Amino acid sequence: MWQMTMMTNHNSSQPTPLNKGDAQIQINQPNRESKRKKKYTPHGLSGFPNLIMNILLGTFSIMCIFPFLYVIVISLTDEKTLARNGYQLLPEIWSFEAYRYLWQMKDQLLQSYTITIVVTVLGTLVSVIMIALYAYAISRKQFKYRGFFTFFAFFTMLFSGGLIPFYIVATQFLHLRNSIWALILPLAMNAFYILIMRTFFQRSVPESILESARIDGASELRIFVKIVAPLSLPGLSTIALFSTLGYWNDWFNALLFIDEPHLVPLQSMLMKIENNIEFLRQNSLAGGAQNDLLSAVPQDAAKMAMVVISTLPIAIAYPFFQKYFVNGLTIGGVKE
Amino acid sequence: MNRIKSFFQDVYKNRVWLLMVLPGTIWLLLFSYLPMFGTVIAFKNFRYDPNGFFASILNSEWVGFENFKFLFNTNDAWIITRNTVLYNLVFIVVGLILAVFVAIVLSELANKKLSKVYQTGMLFPHFLSWVVVSYFVFTFLSVDRGLLNNILVWFGVEDPISWYNEAKYWPFIIVLTSMWKGVGYGSIVYLAAIVGIDKNYYEAAMIDGANKWQQIRNITIPMITPLIVILTILNVGRIFSADFGLFFQVPRDSGPLYSVTNVIDTYVYRGITTMGDISMSTAAGLYQSIVGFSLVLLTNYLVQKVDKEYALF
Repeated sequence: MWQMTMMTNHNSSQPTPLNKGDAQIQINQPNRESKRKKKYTPHGLSGFPNLIMNILLGTFSIMCIFPFLYVIVISLTDEKTLARNGYQLLPEIWSFEAYRYLWQMKDQLLQSYTITIVVTVLGTLVSVIMIALYAYAISRKQFKYRGFFTFFAFFTMLFSGGLIPFYIVATQFLHLRNSIWALILPLAMNAFYILIMRTFFQRSVPESILESARIDGASELRIFVKIVAPLSLPGLSTIALFSTLGYWNDWFNALLFIDEPHLVPLQSMLMKIENNIEFLRQNSLAGGAQNDLLSAVPQDAAKMAMVVISTLPIAIAYPFFQKYFVNGLTIGGVKE
Repeated sequence: MNRIKSFFQDVYKNRVWLLMVLPGTIWLLLFSYLPMFGTVIAFKNFRYDPNGFFASILNSEWVGFENFKFLFNTNDAWIITRNTVLYNLVFIVVGLILAVFVAIVLSELANKKLSKVYQTGMLFPHFLSWVVVSYFVFTFLSVDRGLLNNILVWFGVEDPISWYNEAKYWPFIIVLTSMWKGVGYGSIVYLAAIVGIDKNYYEAAMIDGANKWQQIRNITIPMITPLIVILTILNVGRIFSADFGLFFQVPRDSGPLYSVTNVIDTYVYRGITTMGDISMSTAAGLYQSIVGFSLVLLTNYLVQKVDKEYALF
């Protein structure tokens, strides 16, 4: 990530050694100057305001990551310590018990992981293909009905039938209840992405290249696969990234359509485990008899360990895809 | 006859393109347009029919505007509308101020590496699901173990606050959570716009002796004002739809909080789980769609007035 920021960022005009970070820039200065002489930006606070703003934004960005670190700490806390002291920032007694406990019930966990991965991979594939084909067709002037099909997609952005009719169609007409397609299909298309991709195709795929390929006798589908797709890789990978994140974090469709344990994805399992453990705990507080049985289970730590395990892939991949995400957001407008 | 013939000739000529839009068209028909047709059950007394979707819709009894009358006679309609609109208004105003502020500061920090690090940190919450965020919030608000009550006890407060039962705190918690998750994301577009401003303006201003604050006030903010106007108006167009996850997951579906956390989206969802209310929920959903649709049209009209370039259509 560090190198990444070096590549994309501008030099500051007048660095003043105020804090550690600023001192660094001065040390780096000769090296960076020689690399990029022409880059110059007038932006750059100096002195006291710079310090204040650094503290302000620094605090906020730490606050944004803090809960995740906090959850990791809780998941590594001994259960008895949790019961006695609550969620501490620095626990008295550390323990891996929660993760050991999760390892014991790893069958369900692995099953949910598998479901999430399958849904994410399959869903991203399906949605990128569908969106790209649709968007490409309506981006080409040769397509006589492109106006109609653009509006056909666009209108769904403006008006929707609402949740209940969608739910009834999906369960009664398409019979998606307790099917893995219930997790894939509802997220497969998105009018907004279609319009973004259409603009992207119009901008990045010049008609002249396609024209010469057509003269050489290539079919439109072949042109799409051999020329258009490679040319629009940045756009396609942006859509792929958006939809991968969408599928990974989706719990809503599971909430609506999935009851069977072997189809429950990670996020939804996170919700269910909450309900189950909370339910057991409340019962045990009332009953008292089950207390001993339950205190053996690291409930709270285990819950938090589940949160950590399901968030970890995103947290690890995040520094790598963040740049593409930011670039992708500004990649193409919705308008023609 | 000729027109039909030429139509089929056209279809044949465009067959490759039509084939390309076919999968997407089928999807849109099934998942978007069929539910639009399904909204007629807002005017019916819905009964499940074992013969499937169309039978259910056709065989349900027609009741006209009864569902709407019933909906608007309950207190719920007022509460969910108030909650949805008020929360969205606060999100728009506070979100805009924070996003623009963060974007300007990020662009002005002397150390660009640090600025990038801050941005990375602030964008992180955007990639977490609401389920995960609700756990995060829980670690702060848990009655017996949460960080906030721990701190309160440490300060000598006798009885800890039962956060998930006290509605009065939740407007703040909801807004705070929403901002925490969204500010980093919201600032991206503004930051991109600021970085894109021609540097000559700033150089000229500096030569004229303008200080940083004057530069921000007289160059940066005027330059991004069109973007601010457009994005704000678009958000106003969406003022009738709420973020389901925020209002469903974060308050943990806690009953005592419904008065301040129930929004149109959660109300409609609860229509599925509590049987019998399905027609009324559909009515609520249709009410949301129609008002939302009108608002989008209205705001787009306003955008056109401001600047045609930025209008959606």
